[in-house]
Amino acid sequence: MPRVAFTQNLQRHLACDVSMVGGSTIAEALDEVFRDNQTLRGYILDDSGGVRKHIAVYINNEMITDRRHLSDPVCETDEVYVMQALSGG
Amino acid sequence: MSRRAYIATRKGLFTLERNGDTWGIASAAFLGSPVTAIAQDKHSGRLYAGLKHEHFGAKLHRSDDGGKVWSEVGTPTYPERPEDVPAVMCPVRNIEIPWSLHMIWALTPDTTIDGGLWCGTIPGGLFHSKDHGETWELVRSLWNLPNRSKWFGGGYDYPGIHSVLVDPNDGQHVTVGISCGGVWTSTDTGQTWESRCKGMRAEYVPPEIADSPDIQDPHILVACHARHDHFWVQHHNGIFRSTNGGEQWSEITEAGPSTFGFVAAVHPGDPDTAWFVPAVKDEERVPVDGKFVVTRTRDGGRTFDVLTEGLPHQHAYDIVYRHALAVDGSGNTLLMGSTTGSVWSTANQGDTWDLVSSNLPPVNAVFLASDNES
Repeated sequence: MPRVAFTQNLQRHLACDVSMVGGSTIAEALDEVFRDNQTLRGYILDDSGGVRKHIAVYINNEMITDRRHLSDPVCETDEVYVMQALSGG
Repeated sequence: MSRRAYIATRKGLFTLERNGDTWGIASAAFLGSPVTAIAQDKHSGRLYAGLKHEHFGAKLHRSDDGGKVWSEVGTPTYPERPEDVPAVMCPVRNIEIPWSLHMIWALTPDTTIDGGLWCGTIPGGLFHSKDHGETWELVRSLWNLPNRSKWFGGGYDYPGIHSVLVDPNDGQHVTVGISCGGVWTSTDTGQTWESRCKGMRAEYVPPEIADSPDIQDPHILVACHARHDHFWVQHHNGIFRSTNGGEQWSEITEAGPSTFGFVAAVHPGDPDTAWFVPAVKDEERVPVDGKFVVTRTRDGGRTFDVLTEGLPHQHAYDIVYRHALAVDGSGNTLLMGSTTGSVWSTANQGDTWDLVSSNLPPVNAVFLASDNES
């Protein structure tokens, strides 16, 4: 089962523990996480369902390529990391 | 007379408490997160704060206990654009105006129902909640106006609703100010809308379309509580006043060192008394000659006092954003916060100002709570 982990910076705002989920794409994997944590969806995805501008999603060490539809495939042994992109201020 | 105030900044929300005429910072919330709007339902005392997390997007929080405990409530969310509805492109930047929330810019209670709340946003959508912010619905009548294709962003990439006024005597009468999309009013709780820009002018477009209502940039729109048909606008091109609910605007061409600025406040009981914070237009956007002043009219804009006592006289580069000057119900107490993190208060309509803090993050908005807050 893919393992999904979120940046520690999110813990300031809401709970988001490491999850073991199903799914064959990154969209399906995240959907399973969001099913139990609807509020978390709005922190990662924008209104149209794409990845927020300042969020980076990695599968193992590679950033996903489809930020709009999240169609990148995942397999059972993959590790998914949802990070915050660097931005200043 | 307000005894508590809230300062919404780029890095948190600060609660101020008043002891006599002196204000002090009592507590901080959302430290590190930009707070872009603050409002209070005067009947219930509930507070609302709009946040804009740099990474995680805009959120709305509510406090039922005067700001001690905050809880996240519903986020206004744009629906998916129907396939048969063409995308609207920004006429200036030629980028698509997204159906996606970028910032909560205005929060105003809807007085017609318990739990009613209006929310103005970037990229230009007005939202309405009937349940204290738990759920939201886009006001499609305004979003679907064909005129929206002419709206564009000023300082932001997309247009935005920064002012939502509700007539205290008729809650169905709602008026919004949009940068840059003019002033729109509804007398049926947002079902239909009419433009209210006659008399405004825009220098940032060719002269032939300078009076076009859809491209006006009212930086802020305020109304007198007791005489709600008396409006003031600090516009990108100066100060405008209307005494008939926006049917006709008159330009104020002389107002101390400059008529350019972002903010306006009007006395709640006297529509002729209003305050502004002038700056050099348009690229510099600093106080004229580095001298930070407030201007005040008490005769409907015919003459202005330049208020200086207690304000920095030289090398001051503070700008006061559109929501960062507030007047309380008495009309005597004002609070003002600047882009360099300074906050001043006055208890005598601005004759003298006291520095509350010079070390806060850049101030987005100030809010003077009503005394019956819980």
